[in-house]
Amino acid sequence: MSTLLQVRDLVMTYGTGEAATRVLRGLSLRLEAGEMAALLGPSGAGKSTLLTILGTLMKPTSGSYEMLGQDMISADDRALTDFRNAHIGFVFQFHNLLPDFTALENVIFPTAVREGRETPAARRRGRDLLVRMGLADRIDFPTANLSGGQKQRVAVARALMNGPELVLADEPTGNLDRASAMQVMDLIGEINREEGTTFLISTHDEKIAAACRRQIEVGDGVVTG
Amino acid sequence: MLYALKIATRYLTTNKAQTALLITGVAVGVFIFIFMSALIGGLAEFILSRTVGDLSHVTIEAEDPDPPLLIAPAGHVLTVTERGRTRNATLAEAETWLPLIEAVPGVRAVSPQIAGAGFLTRGAQVSQVSVTGVMPGRESAILDLDGYIVEGSARLGSGLIVLGRDLADDLSLSLGQTVRLQSSGGVTALLTLSGIFETGNGAMDGARAFVSLPVARTLFAMPQGVTRIEIKLDDLNAADATALRIRALTGLDAVPWTDGAEQLREALNAQAQTGYFLKTFALITIVIGVASALMLSTYRRRPEIGIMRAMGAGRNFVVFVFVAQGALIGLMGGVMGAALGYVALLPFPSRDAFEPGTLPMDITQGSYGLAITLTVIGAVLASILPARAASRVDPVTAIGQ
Repeated sequence: MSTLLQVRDLVMTYGTGEAATRVLRGLSLRLEAGEMAALLGPSGAGKSTLLTILGTLMKPTSGSYEMLGQDMISADDRALTDFRNAHIGFVFQFHNLLPDFTALENVIFPTAVREGRETPAARRRGRDLLVRMGLADRIDFPTANLSGGQKQRVAVARALMNGPELVLADEPTGNLDRASAMQVMDLIGEINREEGTTFLISTHDEKIAAACRRQIEVGDGVVTG
Repeated sequence: MLYALKIATRYLTTNKAQTALLITGVAVGVFIFIFMSALIGGLAEFILSRTVGDLSHVTIEAEDPDPPLLIAPAGHVLTVTERGRTRNATLAEAETWLPLIEAVPGVRAVSPQIAGAGFLTRGAQVSQVSVTGVMPGRESAILDLDGYIVEGSARLGSGLIVLGRDLADDLSLSLGQTVRLQSSGGVTALLTLSGIFETGNGAMDGARAFVSLPVARTLFAMPQGVTRIEIKLDDLNAADATALRIRALTGLDAVPWTDGAEQLREALNAQAQTGYFLKTFALITIVIGVASALMLSTYRRRPEIGIMRAMGAGRNFVVFVFVAQGALIGLMGGVMGAALGYVALLPFPSRDAFEPGTLPMDITQGSYGLAITLTVIGAVLASILPARAASRVDPVTAIGQ
């Protein structure tokens, strides 16, 4: 396996002066392509901050971050936006779908925003993904009419739309019942196996963590295990 | 950008009631803009047509020659006669110039005239009059004599005279009766009253007499030439330029109506300025309305903007989504307001059919295209601030991760 991303000595401090809070304290981590890893740790350990930095949504106070051989720290906002669109998918705890759009429209958003329009090819891929997520009968449903589990599966389909190398999932099952949670995890595992997409999943759930091949423990702003 | 337009449209159609209210607000602003344009424009046209419409737009008058300078030899005394009020100068070659002037673009009618003073006598009654000799067939070329005729006809011919209502009443004259007209030069003619006009202007109705040009030639002993040429234009606002052109073409002293009409022009300018202010306020209202509505929308949609940014939407994409919303609101509100304005102005009589007691609205001066264009531009400008604010939304805080 090749190295997908590597971070070294990441430091992230929120605020300044006496109010400054150091969340990451020199965290280093390497992910190989095709890995399916769980990010474990207590609340406030820095899991979400790490995912946000890896997702190029935020830059660390100091440290280095390389993904696919590119320096993510020196890249400007425009370059990071394009990179994120092409190579990184997100699955959030609260699905974060666009409420005024249908399931299909949500799924094809990353491609449409890149192409400037909804192409027939994007629609085909969006439909295929939704069928694969078991939502064939919900393709043109407004997302407001979907259940929590269905919404999260739409979110997974959206994260996969542009065929990213990395999908970052922050408590993807934290808001779901056990059955829905396992259904989502099964789908993620299947995609990881079949397409080689790398998943980094932040979770408190031991069973979810056990479903991943690697467990990364974070504590007090560094990787502890 | 087609996709950004789709998202903008979706945002507008999702909350139909709010969007409808916003568009209606913009439409009301545009309606006021159009209504004010039609009113101010119509009022200006009305005032001009009532004050200048019956006057010559460009006038060529013969210039009196300067009196010769006499140098008194030593030991002699010179006597000087002051210039009289009666104009003796003539445009001797007027006939030559007429076709040339008529061919000038924008010239609607040309009326060569002989003007002078005289006395009308009937029995023991005598009235001083201003006599105008006009070419038969061109009686209404400048003053709409046909339109003001209340009895008889405006048609002038040999031995005929047309008088104002007040003058005819003063002399107890009725149609077909004869009156004696003596010119300032002492020539007398017996003329038959063929028409009575009433303009509403006391000076005109009480002291003006129209005769044919041949009659005037006899009265003022002017076998050739005329004392002035009056010119009516299609657009009275083009008088300055046309007068210059005629002056350049003929070398004659063509004077536009605007010379000596500074007060009227100032009044019209002040009125136009008032209109500009009102229209500007209407536009400002539109801009503030659109800006505040979009600012609210930006705040409400912060999480969605964050999601879009996380999914790879650039700042420009977000800006375009909100600017497109502003443009669509401006366009729809502008078109709706323009349509409302047009429909509201339809019942008002046209400029030509204006009736006293109604507002002098001019539906053709609604500035519909300008109103829509300015509204779209204003709405786009109004949306830039909210759009920029939206593009700067931090996806991390907006999503709550």
